[in-house]
Amino acid sequence: MKWLLIAIIVASTSVGEVLQAIGMRRHGEICDFRPGALGRAAGTLARNSVVIGSVVAMAVSFFAYLGLLTFCDLSFAVPVTAVTYVVETVLAKYVLKERVNGLRWAGAALVLCGVALVSL
Amino acid sequence: MTPEAARLRSKTWTCAAIVVLANVFGNFFLKRGMPAELASPLAYITVLFRPWVALGVTLLVVWLLSRMMLLSWADLSYVLPVTSVGYVLVAFVGRWLLDERISAQRWTGILLIVAGVTLVGGGSAPRTWRRSRGPSGAQS
Repeated sequence: MKWLLIAIIVASTSVGEVLQAIGMRRHGEICDFRPGALGRAAGTLARNSVVIGSVVAMAVSFFAYLGLLTFCDLSFAVPVTAVTYVVETVLAKYVLKERVNGLRWAGAALVLCGVALVSL
Repeated sequence: MTPEAARLRSKTWTCAAIVVLANVFGNFFLKRGMPAELASPLAYITVLFRPWVALGVTLLVVWLLSRMMLLSWADLSYVLPVTSVGYVLVAFVGRWLLDERISAQRWTGILLIVAGVTLVGGGSAPRTWRRSRGPSGAQS
């Protein structure tokens, strides 16, 4: 049960964050922080289907995380979900077309080792 | 540094600080208010109305919105390492405020995660600053 919840959290968070990055980039930089302008930005974003998809994925991840928190330490639950960085690095390269060099792959490998230490 | 780049830098750091603190304390209040089990699907909804859980959820909403704002001008691969300091803060919160036992092995794992996340984002200069220098990008 514990590992199933973690798998759901990792998968839905990764998908949600990549969709969020795509959606916000499509929107463009937010420069105006007055409440009215922020409200208009929120209104535009609420009609952006990519942003909506990211929110749905984040909601799935959130409820799975609630389930995990009922029986796991916070200092276990938070670091173990860091495995999303490894999945996101792969997605950043192949979906967002960001440049991922050797250093970043080394970082992803370190995260994986860290998660292994936290969970063993 | 141009005034425009300085403006973007202070805006980015302020926003990143809000992102990190909202996440750490949102998680803390969530854990603090969480019962030992959620027996039915309905319990997943009703638990949201417990005061500590509601406060945690509010902070996580702040986290989500401030992070979306940050991502509108900063690369995901810049945002990830900067906010990774949250892992250490969460561990301290767990240790001191929730009385969790954290083994040496778990601390090592958490530090490896922070180091790894820093490397993931540190591979190249973030577009986050460069993008700011005028619409033509002539100074980059």
